Parts: sequence; C-alpha cells; structure tokens
Amino acid sequence: MNPQLTDAPAPARPSAPPPAASARRRPLPIVLGGVALVVGLAVLPLLAIEIPGVLPGPTYTPGTLQLLAYAMLIAALALSYRMMFGLAGLLSFGHALFFAAGAYGLGMSLDAFAPAEWPSGLVFAASIGITLVFGLVLAATVGALALRVTGISFAMVTLAFAQAGSVLIRRNPDSATGGDEGLSLDIANVPEGLVGVVNTRNLYWMALAVLVFVYLVVLWVERSRAGHVAEAARENELRVRVIGIRPYSVKLLIFVVASVLAAIAGMGYLLLQSGASPRIATADFTLTLLVIVVLGGVGYRWGAIVGGIVYTLLDQRLTALAGSDFIAGLPAVLRVPLSEPLFILGTLFILVVLFLPGGIAGIPQRIRSGRKQHPVEAEEATDA
Amino acid sequence: MSTVVLLLITGLGLGALYFLVASGLSLIYGLMGVLNFAHGSFLTIAAFLGWEVGRRVSDGTWWGLALSAMVGLAVGAIVAAATEYLLIRRLYERHIEQALVTVGLALASVALFEGIWGTDPIYTRKPDWLAQTTEILGAKIPNDRFLLIACALIVLGGIVLFLRRTRYGLIIRAGVENRSMVTALGIDVRRSFTIVFAIGGAAAGLGGVLASVYYGYVSAHLGSVLLIFAFIVTVIGGLGSLTGAAIASVLVAVLQQFANFYLAGTGDFVVVVALAVVLLVRPRGLLGKVA
Repeated sequence: MNPQLTDAPAPARPSAPPPAASARRRPLPIVLGGVALVVGLAVLPLLAIEIPGVLPGPTYTPGTLQLLAYAMLIAALALSYRMMFGLAGLLSFGHALFFAAGAYGLGMSLDAFAPAEWPSGLVFAASIGITLVFGLVLAATVGALALRVTGISFAMVTLAFAQAGSVLIRRNPDSATGGDEGLSLDIANVPEGLVGVVNTRNLYWMALAVLVFVYLVVLWVERSRAGHVAEAARENELRVRVIGIRPYSVKLLIFVVASVLAAIAGMGYLLLQSGASPRIATADFTLTLLVIVVLGGVGYRWGAIVGGIVYTLLDQRLTALAGSDFIAGLPAVLRVPLSEPLFILGTLFILVVLFLPGGIAGIPQRIRSGRKQHPVEAEEATDA
Repeated sequence: MSTVVLLLITGLGLGALYFLVASGLSLIYGLMGVLNFAHGSFLTIAAFLGWEVGRRVSDGTWWGLALSAMVGLAVGAIVAAATEYLLIRRLYERHIEQALVTVGLALASVALFEGIWGTDPIYTRKPDWLAQTTEILGAKIPNDRFLLIACALIVLGGIVLFLRRTRYGLIIRAGVENRSMVTALGIDVRRSFTIVFAIGGAAAGLGGVLASVYYGYVSAHLGSVLLIFAFIVTVIGGLGSLTGAAIASVLVAVLQQFANFYLAGTGDFVVVVALAVVLLVRPRGLLGKVA
C-alpha cells in the first residue's frame, strides 16, 4: 500500500507547482546524467563507434542510424504504453491503434490534402496538425467508451476497437490505406531534409527528439496531480472515490495523453520507414509492446526505454543470426527454434516474468536490496 | 429462404468452433481469473499433430479423421495441463503475470510452429461425405457443418455432465462461485485448476482438428484467428459461464454470417460493435455473475 496515498490527492489544497516538486525529488546528478546521455546520443551520427554483434556497422552509417532511430521510436511508444499500464494500471490491448492512427493519418493526409497554392512546408505542418487532432478525437472517443468498464473488460473493448481498426486498414477503403501492401509515403510535401538515405542522420535526430519529447511529457504527467491520482486509483480505486475524486476523468486524461504520444511516435515511424505496414495495427503489435514494457521493467520509467531498445536490437540481430551459416549448420532440433527470433524473444519474456519480476530495470534494485519480491508491483484495479 | 437456412446452419457450424475454444477460456477464467492467451496455441498444436498422425495412418477417411480427433483431444489436454503445471502454477494469485506468461507462450509457440511447419497453410484431405452437401429446405448445406455442430453438442453435454455429476465438477462449480470458501473448507482447489486446463485444452484440441476440416487447411495462425473471436464470445457470454459461452458463440457466429452476406462483408465489424454494445449496456456479459 502506498503511504503517500492519503496526502497526495487532497482536493481542497491549492496545487503545489510541479516543477518545484520535481526539483526537490530529482537530484541534480541524475538530471545532468540524462542530459549527458541525450547529448551523447545526439552526436552519435558524427562518430564512428563500432559494437560488433550489437550494431550492424559503425554508428555513422545509414543502416545503423536507421536501426537506432527505429529502436528509439519503439522506446517512445513503449514509454507511452507504460504510462497507461504501469502508472494508471490500465491494461490496454489497443495501443497499436493509436500508433497506426499516427502513421496512417499522416500518410493519408499527405496523400489527400495538398492545396496546390500552399507552400509544401505549410502542407506538411497542416498534415501533422490534422493527424494530431484525428488522434486526439479517436483517443477521446475510444477512451470515453472503454473506460466505462474496468479490468479485463477494458482490455477486451480496447482490443475490439483495435481489431476494427486493423480490419479497416487491411480492407483498404477507396485505396486509401494500401491494404496488405501497406501505405507508402508521398514525399511531394515532405521537407527535403527528411527524405532519402542521405538524410538518415536527420531522421535519427528526429527520432531522438520524439523520444525526449515523449519522456518529458510522461515525466510531467507522472509528477502532476493527475498522475498521483491515477497512481492512487491503480492501488485502490475505492479509496480514491471515498476521498471524493472521480478516477474516470483522470484515467481518461492519461489514456488520451498516452494515445496522442503514441500517434506522435507513429508519425515519426512513417517518416523513418517511408511508409506504414498493416502489421503496426494488429493485436500482436500491442502484445509486443506489452512484452517490451515488462521486459524493461513496469515499475521504472526508463525500463520502457531500455526494453524498447533491447527488444528492437535483439529482434534485428536475432533475425540476422537466423540467416547466418552458423545456424544453418546446426542439426534441425536446434536450427528450427534458433532461426525464429520471436521464439527466442517469447521464451526470454517468459523467463523474465517467472524469475525477474522487476525486468531489466529492476536488476540494480534487486541486487541492492537482495529481496526476492519486486518492490513495485503493477496490479490491476481491485474492483474489476 | 434457402439463403437464410444456409447462413443459419453455417453460422451454427462456425459457432460450434467458437464454442470449443471459448468453453475452455470461460471455465479457466471463471475458476482461476487467468485470461489464457495461449489457448490458440493449444488448438494449433493439436491441429498439426492430429493432421500428422491422421495422414500417416489413412488420409481422407473416417478412420483417419477419428484418429486425428483422438490425437487432437489428447494433445490439447496434455499441453494445456503441462502449461498449467509448469508455468501458471508458479505465479499463483498473480493474475497479470499469469496472463503475461501465456502471452509469451503464445508468441513463442506460433514462431516455433512457423519454424517447423512453415508459414503457408497446409491443405488437408477429408472424407468424401464431408465435402458433399445436403439439401435442407432448398438450401445446399456443406456436410462438415453437421459434424461441427454434433461435436460441439457432445462436448457441451460432456462438460455439463462432468460439472454436474462428478465430485471434481462440484469442486470446480463451487470454486467458480467462491474460491476462498472452497479453500477454507479444506479442499485443494489447485488440483482442479489442472483439470480445468486439461478439459479446456482437450476441447480446444478437438476444435483444432475440426477447424482444419472446416477451413480445409492447417496453419500456424489457425489458433490466433479463432482466439480473438473466442475472447469476444467469452466476454459477451459472461466470463465464467459455460451456458453463456454456448449462447454467445451461436449469436456471434450467426450475426457474423448474416452481416457478411447482407451488409457487404462487414461481419468482423458487426461482431466488434456487438461486443462494445454488450459491454457498455451490460458489463458482466449475458450470463456473467456480478463482479
């Protein structure tokens, strides 16, 4: 039980300014370390660091930058998912819908919405605006409906909406989504600096910017009063109601913010991959996010980032490994499982859930405290 | 008229398939609170092994099919019981983690099946009679629909008999009602967890073999396709209610067939909308108990 629960969400008290609170709780070395990490990542395209076995090549090559940028976008998406699942305890199976809404929304509005007299930069900005509004409206609608039920039913409603979205994308109405082929990016109105292999470096910086932006928004929401209420409602919704707060509006806020952040990551994905594939709207993709968040550690914000990057790199490297001569030379009993990256990742995930409840980010805490039990347990709302 | 009859009976056949998957899901959730994402994998492995055995003995005959069904039942039960014993039991009373383990198992097993049997569907042979049609009220009904409906009815009857007439059935019914009370009476509910998993797995395994008859192929994604609809059926019927699952599977499948025919292939949409409506109007489902 959270001891802060009784004093944090007192409704009558004037709200304390969140920056002061965060400055008090966040020691300077950690902030500086974070800034140094971001700067380090930002100058990576200018360096030639080689990590054999982890990265496909030196860090300045487009292939490596593309992979790292993709990993960072997935990390941003996982971060937004963790805000819902880890902070508010909302187990959604429909988060992929909003990622796809961002990717397909931007792609389709760039296709369809192009007034000839407007300069292309303005069209691009307007398309982003349209996509954001679309994501916001979609998230508010789905959230308002789905949050009327809790627990497993909530998971099922979000799954149902995501499934409807996935079917819609595959069915390809008016040839707008490209069906199974996927949607390719119409580059007519995309700024030149974001197009082509030569400019992968810019796309990398864009992905880094998206990740930092998502992180800051998530941090801000978690530190806000709404974040505290959401956390309290996750632990014990009844007590929050007794205090006189309606958890519904707070949960809806968290849901909408997380979904719009997912849509932003989706837009980044469209620009990075020069297209969108229907795979990103499926329930499997949301399950992958769940795996990432749990692998990284549900209780920790940076766990989602670590999980996203580790998962993406593992997926990529294991796929490369599957095609290697070493694997081809093994007997069938070993060759078949080892040539399926998802089999290895799924098994790894099961092992983490069974033996490492805090995920990767929980390892230092476990070593320090030596406890068997993970300190931050994400639990479902009790009155499901 | 003949179209309506055809859609109705085809819907019943598909509903039988949904029921075979949903019955296990619903019982498992009702007793243990576990949403079993690996249920589709039980179905797929049973379908594959049933097909492998059936085609080696006598492909495309009734004997081969009966043997496949036996193998499917056994494989489903064994795999499900092993899953419960080795993975789920370790995470007793931690529902989110239990669901997560089954998610991992589902991802890993589908990948493994793809590795072993390939990504393309493998077409199967069935007895000649099943490929023919029978005329009822002017509608030509494919015969395999009758087989599906008959099997689902037998399974429904069998599970109901087991639940009503045996000691373990009594414990399971009591456990669904109030598990802590049963434990307080000194009964080890955990043994019945394994049994429920085995029953659910056996039903899903039979469903796998029958699905390969209905669709005419086996593939690594057979289970995941059916699983989503089985989830929807389970939630609409009310989590934990076997009768609810039976009613809902028929409703969902018939609705899907009619929408696919009359509303230009929008069956999947209509089902999703139905789920949303049911959950918003009646969050516990048709026959679910009050949470």
